[in-house]
Amino acid sequence: MNALLEPFQYAFMQDALLVGVLIGAMCAVLSCFLILKGWSLMGDAVSHAVLPGIVLAYIAGIPLIIGAFAAGLFCATGSGYVKRHSRIKEDTAMGVVFTGLFAFGLVLFSKTPSDLHLDHILVGNILGISKAQVLQTLWIGSGVLVISVLLRRDLLLICFDPVQARVMALPDQFLTYLLLGLLALAIVVAMQAVGIILVVAMLITPGCVAYLWTDRFDRMLVISVLSSVSATIVGILISYHADLSTSGCIVLAQASLFVLSLIVAPKYGILARRRN
Amino acid sequence: MSYPEYPEKVDSAPNLKVQGVSVVYSNGHQALRDASFSLEGGTICALVGVNGSGKSTLFKSIMGFLKPTSGVITINGLPVKEILKQRLVAYVPQSEEVDWQFPVSVWDVVMMGRYGAMNFLRIARAVDRKIVEESLKRVSMWEYRDRQIGELSGGQKKRVFLARALAQEGKVILLDEPFTGVDVSTEHAIIGLLQELKKAGCIILVSTHNLGSVPEFCDQVVLMNRTVLAYGPTADVFTEQNLTLAFGGLLREFQFEQSTIQAHDGRKVRVFSDDERPLVFGKDGHLEYRDRSDHEELLKQRSKEHNE
Repeated sequence: MNALLEPFQYAFMQDALLVGVLIGAMCAVLSCFLILKGWSLMGDAVSHAVLPGIVLAYIAGIPLIIGAFAAGLFCATGSGYVKRHSRIKEDTAMGVVFTGLFAFGLVLFSKTPSDLHLDHILVGNILGISKAQVLQTLWIGSGVLVISVLLRRDLLLICFDPVQARVMALPDQFLTYLLLGLLALAIVVAMQAVGIILVVAMLITPGCVAYLWTDRFDRMLVISVLSSVSATIVGILISYHADLSTSGCIVLAQASLFVLSLIVAPKYGILARRRN
Repeated sequence: MSYPEYPEKVDSAPNLKVQGVSVVYSNGHQALRDASFSLEGGTICALVGVNGSGKSTLFKSIMGFLKPTSGVITINGLPVKEILKQRLVAYVPQSEEVDWQFPVSVWDVVMMGRYGAMNFLRIARAVDRKIVEESLKRVSMWEYRDRQIGELSGGQKKRVFLARALAQEGKVILLDEPFTGVDVSTEHAIIGLLQELKKAGCIILVSTHNLGSVPEFCDQVVLMNRTVLAYGPTADVFTEQNLTLAFGGLLREFQFEQSTIQAHDGRKVRVFSDDERPLVFGKDGHLEYRDRSDHEELLKQRSKEHNE
């Protein structure tokens, strides 16, 4: 056991664990809302669209996180605008807008001399995270986590029945944009750990795992967080001992939990359904 | 805690006024033109018209999703924005609009009707729990409170959302096709409940294609065809002449000159209708048609094709 946990005596591993657990929990909570609202593709879109924002922010010398956040929101609202003002459906509009933005980011990146590493942006670098980044992640990550847990009932209502929110004069549009904003922030934070490609998995898989285990929302939140955090810890440990890609190991651990749940989950698992 | 016992003590009967409402969508389609009617508290009013006649546009306008291009909608003289703030409007969605796989229980859904009255963290107070319990008991769904909503029958699902409207304590209740996918006994139960609410002073506005049941439970009718053609007491408005106006040539009529039914059979037919073209059976299960000869040819041809 000691040998297994031995890596956590190193400061960089402690940081990685702290950041990983927080990001895992934050993404897990958001994933429950996203899969219930049918926004799985939104996570994919926003995560890719942040790239030009990061490069532009680097050029302008402002914090990368601000550029990423702005670009992510631009992608989401831009796709919404195209949908409303043309005959293009929303998922199609999103596909065009986010790939366009991602390509723009790649082109900008190739012309910008910088000390940014593209592979750190794409697949993250949780073991080489700086103290400043750790602090930033802790602040923003816990902010997103606290807001989405506190406002979970309103956020759930706009996923379930936005009409009901409107007839009770709840700020349904504000809440929709809040969810979008939380998503963009979560992606920006998680990007440093797992990169913009695999953050999509962190934002979908835990919710899916939990959805297979329960049909109550609060339990779904708890199961989602537990599965995400445990997968993160296991992933980090495996990657240390076997010298493998950390973000890859985290997401693989989550995917394994998903496959396991898909088969053995009571009531909604494949085995249980076959029995009935 | 002084909380008004609902709905026996509705403080003031609401009145709903729709005055000269026109709605033009951004693609230029005029969905409603100069629609006007008014309703006083204590009524069950049917909203009747073909698809595309503006029924859902009117609902959306009352719920604040659409801003009329001209005209105003008021309840007790208040504009829509104020109406919603005071939570005067409750809405019972069509079953197809609900994600029944959603991880919420019956209790959770009915509690959502209380969110408007709670603080921003939506933490249920004792009074909210009491009202949710009462609402569930009134629709006889209390025993099912811990069920996930997908594990209910069609009628039970309907009653859950009716309970949510009760819990919200709205004075104007909008129901969209409340009787689709509902068995006859649930239909009677829902109508009974609506009649109680009517007695309590609510305005109940029911959008429905189920023309046959309208005279049985609605005391008023609003007839629509991209405007309000007529409104008022069912007996005055729900006439053959007005319905022909509202439905154009769509209402089927049957002449039995060329029929299998005879006077000595008591001229009985059995009608099956899904709000579309009715299937009418005459004597010995023979199909009835307005114009028999054409159809007989068709039927013969089909059965010949089948036997080949």
